[in-house]
Amino acid sequence: MPIEVLLFAFLLVIAVVVARLRDLFAAAMLTGIFSLLSAGLFTLMDAVDVAFTEAAVGAGVSTVLLLGTLSLCAREEREKPLRLLPLVVVGVTGAALLVGTLDMPHYGDPAAPIHQHVAPDYIAGTQREFGLPNVVTAVLASYRGFDTLGETAVVFTAAVGVMLLLVERRRQRGERPH
Amino acid sequence: MLQPQRMREKVVLRVVAQALIPFILLFALYVQFHGDYGPGGGFQAGVIFAAGFVLYALIFGLDRLEAVVSPRLIEVGTALGLLLYAGVGIATMLLQANYLDYKALDPHDPGHGLHLGILLVEFGVGLTVTSSMLAIFQAFAGRRHD
Repeated sequence: MPIEVLLFAFLLVIAVVVARLRDLFAAAMLTGIFSLLSAGLFTLMDAVDVAFTEAAVGAGVSTVLLLGTLSLCAREEREKPLRLLPLVVVGVTGAALLVGTLDMPHYGDPAAPIHQHVAPDYIAGTQREFGLPNVVTAVLASYRGFDTLGETAVVFTAAVGVMLLLVERRRQRGERPH
Repeated sequence: MLQPQRMREKVVLRVVAQALIPFILLFALYVQFHGDYGPGGGFQAGVIFAAGFVLYALIFGLDRLEAVVSPRLIEVGTALGLLLYAGVGIATMLLQANYLDYKALDPHDPGHGLHLGILLVEFGVGLTVTSSMLAIFQAFAGRRHD
């Protein structure tokens, strides 16, 4: 348990520092570290597949993309006066989320609704029908195959959107050198 | 963002990157094809595979990356992965089963059909994710200050 407390404390410190930092380069690197620590937390919760994704996407590719964006804009955040309304909105939302967690089942509670619905069938079925040790893969690719097809379509759409917005413009600019 | 001249002069960066990249790609392939048995799968493998190429571009420059994987190839890969996934569903329908019912892929051994189907759709996911990550990276890194 103490290692979880330590990781959560680090996450809290980093979140506050990122919000307060004016140096955007340092902030981008710290968000990467935030992701890496989250991945450590997910590993401790036995969610290895999620941890894997968080480490690769959150700490790896996202940080590179953030740095790439930074090279196109200013390195320092401009000084802005503290505005009251956004602070109130964020405070109220955070408080509502905290209140919401009070009703949630305890972590790892076997009586939690999520463990009562289809999960037992998936766990039993993965062994019986697939003979696969990784239940996550069986759920992802087979039980929820339609969802994963949709997710792949979302990734595809995101890439197409970025290409349309950024790449086409670059080509047009290259075509008129005179 | 990319300053290949400056990066290439840094011997430690260059040598370490050169040593690491083959292992990153190999690890991605392991995550891809071992996803049924260990943690991981198409999504994770795709990102790790793309990370290997991104590291290469960070050290050696975007031009060298585009010489290895052309933007055209990436565009094709993005669509091909999704088509492979959807195509497995069409194939099972042609074999007179439900959409994405992998058991139909091998009528004599449904278990083998399941494994084959999962392998194919995971490969489709991996291909689309790798290509998408590289497409987004190239689009961002290829922009200039103006």
